[in-house]
Amino acid sequence: MMDIARSTPPAQTRPRPPAAPASRKHWLRQLGPLDWLYALALAAGAGFALAYYQHAMDAFDDIILVLHVPVLAAIGWHWKPFRGFLAAVAALSLASIALYDGDLARAEQTFFLKYLISSQTAIMWMSALIFIATGAYWLGLIARSEFGERTGSTLTWIAAVMGTVGLFVRWYESYLIGPEIGHIPISNLYEVFVLFTLMTALLYLYYEGRYATRQMGAFVMIVISAAVGFLLWYTFTREAHEIQPLIPALQSYWMKVHVPTNFIGYGAFAVSAMVGTAYLLAERGILASRLPALRVLEDVMYKAIAIGFAFFTIATILGALWAAEAWGTYWQWDPKETWALIVWLNYATWLHMRLTKGLRGAVLAWWAVIGLFVTTFAFVGVNMFLTGLHSYGAL
Amino acid sequence: MHRGSARALFELLSSMRFAIALLTILSIASVIGTVVKQNDPLNAYLNQFGPFWFPIFETLGLYSVYNAGWFIVILAFLVLSTSLCIVRQTAPMLREMRSFREHAREVSLRQFAHRAVLVPGVDIPEAIARTEAYLQENGFASRSNLRSDGALVAAKQGSIGRAGYFLAHGAIVLICIGGLMDGNLPLRLKMWLGDKQPTAGNQLIANIPESSRLGLDNPSFRGDVYIPEGRTTTFAVLAAGDGILLQELPFNITLERFHIDHYENGMPKRFASDIVVADRMSGETESHTIEVNKPLTLRGVTLYQSSFEDGGSKLRLKARSLLAGRPGVLSTLEGAVGENLPFAGEAFSYTLEITDFKAFNVEDLSTGESADAQSAQGLARLQQHLGSGARSPTPRDMRNVGPSFTFKLRDEAGQAREFHNYMLPIEQDGRWFLYTGLRDSQAESFRYMRMPLDEDGRVETWFAVRDLLLDPAQRKALAERFAARSISGGDNAAAMRTPLVQSAVQTLELFAERGYETLGAFIERTVPEAERGQAADVLVRLLQGIVWEAWMEVRGNAGLASLEITPERATYVNDSIAAISDSLFYGAPAYLQLDSFDERLATVLQATRSPGQPLVYLGSLMLVLGVFAMLYIRERRLFVLVQANETLVTMSSNRKALDVDETFQRHVDGLAAALGAQAPTAATPAPRSSPAPVTDKGA
Ligand code: HEM
Repeated sequence: MMDIARSTPPAQTRPRPPAAPASRKHWLRQLGPLDWLYALALAAGAGFALAYYQHAMDAFDDIILVLHVPVLAAIGWHWKPFRGFLAAVAALSLASIALYDGDLARAEQTFFLKYLISSQTAIMWMSALIFIATGAYWLGLIARSEFGERTGSTLTWIAAVMGTVGLFVRWYESYLIGPEIGHIPISNLYEVFVLFTLMTALLYLYYEGRYATRQMGAFVMIVISAAVGFLLWYTFTREAHEIQPLIPALQSYWMKVHVPTNFIGYGAFAVSAMVGTAYLLAERGILASRLPALRVLEDVMYKAIAIGFAFFTIATILGALWAAEAWGTYWQWDPKETWALIVWLNYATWLHMRLTKGLRGAVLAWWAVIGLFVTTFAFVGVNMFLTGLHSYGAL
Repeated sequence: MHRGSARALFELLSSMRFAIALLTILSIASVIGTVVKQNDPLNAYLNQFGPFWFPIFETLGLYSVYNAGWFIVILAFLVLSTSLCIVRQTAPMLREMRSFREHAREVSLRQFAHRAVLVPGVDIPEAIARTEAYLQENGFASRSNLRSDGALVAAKQGSIGRAGYFLAHGAIVLICIGGLMDGNLPLRLKMWLGDKQPTAGNQLIANIPESSRLGLDNPSFRGDVYIPEGRTTTFAVLAAGDGILLQELPFNITLERFHIDHYENGMPKRFASDIVVADRMSGETESHTIEVNKPLTLRGVTLYQSSFEDGGSKLRLKARSLLAGRPGVLSTLEGAVGENLPFAGEAFSYTLEITDFKAFNVEDLSTGESADAQSAQGLARLQQHLGSGARSPTPRDMRNVGPSFTFKLRDEAGQAREFHNYMLPIEQDGRWFLYTGLRDSQAESFRYMRMPLDEDGRVETWFAVRDLLLDPAQRKALAERFAARSISGGDNAAAMRTPLVQSAVQTLELFAERGYETLGAFIERTVPEAERGQAADVLVRLLQGIVWEAWMEVRGNAGLASLEITPERATYVNDSIAAISDSLFYGAPAYLQLDSFDERLATVLQATRSPGQPLVYLGSLMLVLGVFAMLYIRERRLFVLVQANETLVTMSSNRKALDVDETFQRHVDGLAAALGAQAPTAATPAPRSSPAPVTDKGA
């Protein structure tokens, strides 16, 4: 499958369909036993959660949980490695919960909790692995080492697992502090940075598999490492990792859907910007022989922006619905809202340029890179420099 | 207008160029609106930008960008441009969706970027039948056009994706229109048409003229409803420029109780208003509870929990004298938040304006002792951050320190000072203090004076000690008592005492002026630099001795026994001196101590009527569906030209992406298998450099 990765003569620069069957069978009939086992496990897991944690959930939570089954099944069927990812996350999270056994103090007493799968520790592991993976990807790129790239890829997978486990366990820990304090860990800047890290990593890993090339990893991992760097700074100097109860403005089910949707958007925009960077370098002949063909880079850039735009659209609308309920109006030009609109308009224009004007190449790549700055400002800059209703995300 | 130029105008307005220009201006305007803080009082901008820029920015509407005329005009143009764009695209798009293009000519097919030639192993009718079957099985709709030399099977799938264009772009129009309906445009129109104008905010409701009242027929509004506990209101107040407008509501709202719940760590957990709503027409009443994130919609008006204020809590205050030579309680006062009371005595006359009261104050009282947590290095530091997210290496000490109130004392010249007093003593490092803060203007933050409580928990002791210390009539006696205790017995004790008494009296005189400040200035004036530290020590020790003496005298006067000195008592003496020194700058004749209170809260609800909301929500739904349809339903057209000795397969797509190559290859392979053909002779996704059109629309 390496043919599309390296710049080889044009006749061969064609991605092959993943496991393309000669004649297309109905997609359901393409599923193997593992796929069905996976779906069954998802359904069983949801059923178990429904029964066991009912006391902590309302009808809305139930619906969301049930909807997760088909969605996660579809993702896993379409993208096979995701099944393993989810299995690992489930196993480690359940192990952590079992080790806690309802007693928060065990985080300090139990070796596996203290040094592996309590929330803080898991997030520290994620951070360390992201840095090492970045190094491995770069080694792979510079030394043309397949081994380096494969290591980077494996470590990124593990980092994503640890980050996800960290968030799940943090969720559980918040309930151990007190049932009234328990809440989903996506309520402050610290938690969403973990979310950003693992979302971006997963999105990247998807494209890595889809395009069968690991050479973009070196670039994408830079932005993920930067996020982790910020996360660590935030932890060590601001003690931001402490679980805090939810203030009334955040006690809304909209938060649970608005925030993750937003971060699919942010993550995808980050991927597109870093692939855009790779494009701009390769176009100038820098690392060109080590990076995938320009048209592959461009395609990834487009795909990432498309998915980012689609989810960012949903996220902004969900934000408006939430605002309508919490603040009494769906739109009031609060700085965070306004910057979300700017980000959205920016990528809408990008898509139009590509589609209706047929623009290609360096301009769009530059635009994607600049788009990340706009996005970053909307994400953290607004919290740092502007005051508004979203100030609970303040630094 | 000339037909040609009308056409040109239409072309311009519906063009992508124009749309992108609009979107760009809209983005830039939005950025300005987030950088310049919106809707502040005008003089804040005057301070910020200075007299030159202030009027310029005001004319440009930068203080309220999103309501500025030009901004609304841009939005309107966006609506217009998008609508015209839809109009312009409708016919070609519908044609495109319906057409199979089964009459395409061979030459144009041969120019497609994606084309392959197969040599089928079956005859023509069989090949056509198998092609049609293959296409159907793979989700294509097809139409065959028999020709003399064979047939063109034209197939398409995903044309429905083009409906996404109408959904998404129609959505933009809907959302903008809905937004304009709910914005302040309708209100501005009313004001512009002249029958309504805003009035000043600080007047009684009864005095507000008819021209500033809006009736039930107002279709869209957003305003604040302020209701103290136990009161009823039927109005919302809308902000309009620097003034207000009064909006009538279709019901009366009575606030029964306002609740504030806290988490253990003091963070707010719940704000809720128990209200009774009485319909003004039918008189029917309903009880409801409104919370943050749990609004209530009634008769087309939605009520939200927006904030809360004091609703006129009743406070009883004791004025503890800070005047020299007049110890004790000067008077007791009673008033409610929001009221102005006279506060006068022989030598002073003020107006007391009680501005706010809070029953809870949650403060972080940690003393920063966690320095060891911060100073840990390397692995030890990392260790602290492993484990659960529940604790922090730096413990925070969030505590409710009880009620507080703020007030202003305005003198006869109209000058006011603002004060912030806590009712209960607050502990710090094992010592207890009463806190009172003061500031000269809103721009400053409060500076706090802390008055120490003695070991019996009484603050009165400090007041008595202070009075003794600052009273000129007492100075001599105090100094003598101090000297007598310092130098006791011995032959020449009396002779040694005299200079000590003198220094003590002098120290007291200096201290009584401006506390530590005058003492410091005195040392600077009289002592060479090298010896100042020592001189200061001597003075401070002198002062400590005198204050101790004063304390003992106060105890004696109260019939209490003298005490032995201990480190804690020494600390009390030092705290007392610091507070007395600060009190010389207090700027009020008395410390107003909160004695008791009856709390009354007021809720601030937001009342809105947004007729555009359904449009916006419908638009949002359409937008999501449309965007996904456009981005993810891929239109694919396959053309299979079956001829006597070869079969030409070509494909076009409205989106250029690598997966088109992939799909084409798959269908070529599939068709080859279906037709029993040899491996395709030429499957050529065009290299990037080919002059193929970027979109195949025209093909
Ligand atoms: C905020 C405003 C707008 C948004 C969010 C928006 C969104 C989109 C999106 C997401 C696409 C699909 C891009 C792709 O598939 O890669 C698209 C396509 C398109 N847009 Fe817009 N659009 C907006 C305004 C406009 C305006 C004002 C015009 C007219 C001048 C316009 C004309 C078009 C056209 C012609 C297409 C191509 C449709 C097709 O061939 O399928 N758009 N738009």
